[in-house]
Amino acid sequence: MSISQGRSTGGSTSGTSTGAGVGRRSFLGYVIGGSTLVAAADLAVQATANPAHAGGVPSPPQVPELYDLEDLQTDAALPTSALITVEIREDGTAHFAIPRMEVGQGITTSTAMILADELDLPLSKVEVTLAPARPELVFNQLTGGSNTTVSTYTPIRVAAAIARKALLDAAAIELGYAVTRLKTYKGLVEAPDGATVSYGDLSAKAAASSTQQVEVELKPAADRKVVGTPRNRDDARAAVTGRKQFTMDLDVPDALPTMICRAPTLNGTPKALNNETEILRMPGVTHVALVDTGVAVRARTFGQCIDAVRAMDVDWNPGTAEGESDATILKKLRQAEIPLAVPKVPLLATTVEADFAFAFRSSAALEPNCAIADVRDDSAEIWAGLKVPILAQENIAQELGMRVDQVKVNVVTGGGSFGHKLFSDAAIEAAKTSRAMGVPVRLMWHRADEPRQGRLHPMCTSRVRATVLGKNVLTFEQRLTSVVTDFSHGLGEIISSTIDEAPTEVGRKLGGLGFSETIFTLTQELPYDFGVVTQLLSETDDSFNTGSMRNIYSPDTAVASELVVDQIGRKMGLDPLEVRRRFVKSDVVRRCLDTVAREGRWGRRMPKGMAQGIAVHKEYKGATAVLVEIDCRPETVNRKIRKAVTGPRVTKAVIAVDAGLVINPRGVEAQMQGGFMDGLALTLTSSCHLEDGHFLEASWDNYFYTRQWNVPPEVEVHVVESDSEQPGGVGEAAVGSSAAAVACAYVRATKKMPAYFPINHAELSFEPKSFVPPVPASPTDGLKYTY
Amino acid sequence: MPKQTFVLNGEPVTVDVEDDVRVLWVLRDLLGVQGPKYGCGINVCKACTSHLNGRAFNPCSVRVGDLAEEDRVTTIEGLPGEVGADDGELHPMQEAWIDRDVPQCGYCQPGQIMAAVALVKKVKREGRTLQESDLDTIRNICRCGTYTRIREAVEQGSRAMS
Repeated sequence: MSISQGRSTGGSTSGTSTGAGVGRRSFLGYVIGGSTLVAAADLAVQATANPAHAGGVPSPPQVPELYDLEDLQTDAALPTSALITVEIREDGTAHFAIPRMEVGQGITTSTAMILADELDLPLSKVEVTLAPARPELVFNQLTGGSNTTVSTYTPIRVAAAIARKALLDAAAIELGYAVTRLKTYKGLVEAPDGATVSYGDLSAKAAASSTQQVEVELKPAADRKVVGTPRNRDDARAAVTGRKQFTMDLDVPDALPTMICRAPTLNGTPKALNNETEILRMPGVTHVALVDTGVAVRARTFGQCIDAVRAMDVDWNPGTAEGESDATILKKLRQAEIPLAVPKVPLLATTVEADFAFAFRSSAALEPNCAIADVRDDSAEIWAGLKVPILAQENIAQELGMRVDQVKVNVVTGGGSFGHKLFSDAAIEAAKTSRAMGVPVRLMWHRADEPRQGRLHPMCTSRVRATVLGKNVLTFEQRLTSVVTDFSHGLGEIISSTIDEAPTEVGRKLGGLGFSETIFTLTQELPYDFGVVTQLLSETDDSFNTGSMRNIYSPDTAVASELVVDQIGRKMGLDPLEVRRRFVKSDVVRRCLDTVAREGRWGRRMPKGMAQGIAVHKEYKGATAVLVEIDCRPETVNRKIRKAVTGPRVTKAVIAVDAGLVINPRGVEAQMQGGFMDGLALTLTSSCHLEDGHFLEASWDNYFYTRQWNVPPEVEVHVVESDSEQPGGVGEAAVGSSAAAVACAYVRATKKMPAYFPINHAELSFEPKSFVPPVPASPTDGLKYTY
Repeated sequence: MPKQTFVLNGEPVTVDVEDDVRVLWVLRDLLGVQGPKYGCGINVCKACTSHLNGRAFNPCSVRVGDLAEEDRVTTIEGLPGEVGADDGELHPMQEAWIDRDVPQCGYCQPGQIMAAVALVKKVKREGRTLQESDLDTIRNICRCGTYTRIREAVEQGSRAMS
């Protein structure tokens, strides 16, 4: 599908939103008619912001410098911002059901902090819960692109300010003073004579009999008491006591454990179950049903489901990648590569070229795909971790032949997402299974199902050609060629409907591009003055289950481009820090770079086989820089740990981030650390191997995400002072720069330039588990491993 | 159906279930004790780490029939009880976890804490102090990447446990 329709007429835009009116303090909103005080913002009409820059051979601004994916998602959310309400309850607490999903990124905590400040309420009196699917929100209920705080910061504050204003108005009558003489603190309104009245007592009095429009001023930055201070997560105690509930922990009557026996090859479908009677006779088993993704079994315990899945004798139809392997897919990618076409450059210019392949990687969280479904004749209720619940609701309704209002979709806190929960695969599967069996089901994927049949970050190649003349870079071209990334989770629709909001010159550049190319163009920004810069995406092969994975294109792009920046430096006789300092075009990036260089003691002497590496990334309304030290000495690389990939060890990581206005510095620090662990794995250890139509990985001891023996003993995060009054996105920000810094350090330590990432992909470090049965047996020898 | 009896978080429990059902499912699906999480079912991810007679074990890989009547199973829910904490009080390792604000999604953290407590006790049994190399042996996966704070919290909790 193309997003070009309507774009040609988009001449009326004059550089819209860029941050939901940051800088502005006066806003309109509503007090909603009802028995307690409920307030909403109205940001449908928006103000403007700007771009600017300077520095080598200036590169013209790339699209994200004018308008990026953050702006687009924020614009998409604005028209329905009035439907997001803050309620002041009669017990004096504030409640806000955020139309986003908490998956560990800390948004319920940071959102409560924003509300506490604007309402003058103690943080403990603000409750933030997850809203169920609300179709009326249209594009304002997608959790992705590190956009939650970017897009909700202003609407939430406006709604809170309106609530506070209504409380003051009610208190003026109650206390007999003009509003201007009253002050609010800790959930109380105080009069000059010392008399107070609580928000709880005012809630009903402040309520409006009918909805009224109100204008408010937001608090100035100087009045913030909570925002910007380090706060622990609101659910930390629940998490460490085991009381935090995830989907599989919910008490839904009669929703018994259910699993699916899946095909031996990718996306194979079931033809027939040959031993149904035998399976139904197995201990604990209650139901068996054929669904399009496999053969479902419901039992008293998940253990009995696993036993039944292993005992099934199923005839399968072929899958979508029969006979394919890493090598055949790489060949297809090579055929789809767009040529590098260097513009005319002076004769004396020399070129730097690089070409890298990146393997498939699994975005699976530790909580596997799972959902509870209770499908009746005329209604259905679903519980699952869903980042786009409105679309899940639509898809499930369509699948069941019901109207949307017959399907209730509850959003449950997720055990991680990393892009995985943008899709509602498990929820749809659970709904189908519940309908087929006629009973509620508690459906969970086996771990082995995740890398084998679940969504992956697509395999891709990234090629770069730069031309260098003396101490200038004249051109820098980068081509990413990727297996198709699936954007059917709703971002595609958001782009189609919102792209008209983009400034005209951006629209012109995006005209005619498809979803993937549009997202690529809205997110990729090379932060250097390298003359003529082009970064292009081409895609091929849509037979895989793919999706975003804690970023979309940025980590692979950053690894390739930052390795080339080091090569350019070498050609010019500049070290990696010098070359970046010379060409970096944004002060935000420069500050991060200087911070890690200083704090990480760039240039300190390292033993042979060890090296430092440094890299930057600019995205999400901010920037990151990462400095690492890596140990590639044989005694480190060859250390033995049972069923593990050891290899080079990063011994130290120093991360600096400009995250714009920081709501919760502790949350930002956590996201930087986590992003680093992802980047480390992407470069050194984690990948999926495609062989003969299926992926070989089936366990965390096959898919080598970072483990403690890979973790740098020293990790430092520096949140740099930002000039921005707008919050940036932090969930994905550190992944690209971390992956790149580790790659750069590896090359400097080993003097070897890898052609394939992760660097260990060529070597299979485990014995693949069986494909029939598709899941491994549950071990019985656990008592041998106690300690 | 056989009756299975063992001690769970200080209280004897009896469940009617076949011998070969793994303890994880007895806890989660039959007894409703959901602190131990499923992350792989093959003793790799360690999200279900609990204690058996004071030592770390993974209930996904032990048949309920292999438990004896006097065997003491402790899950995260019963951890404060191991140090005689009063109602509402926590084990020092849990306190360290909160102080360091370790959890992100939180899914792996019950297992991480149970593993950490057992590791610290093991190191002490061996008459050693906790080293960097001991932290490297923790196999529990955290897909959010909270590893750095886990390392800090284990050290802090270890000091508090002495």
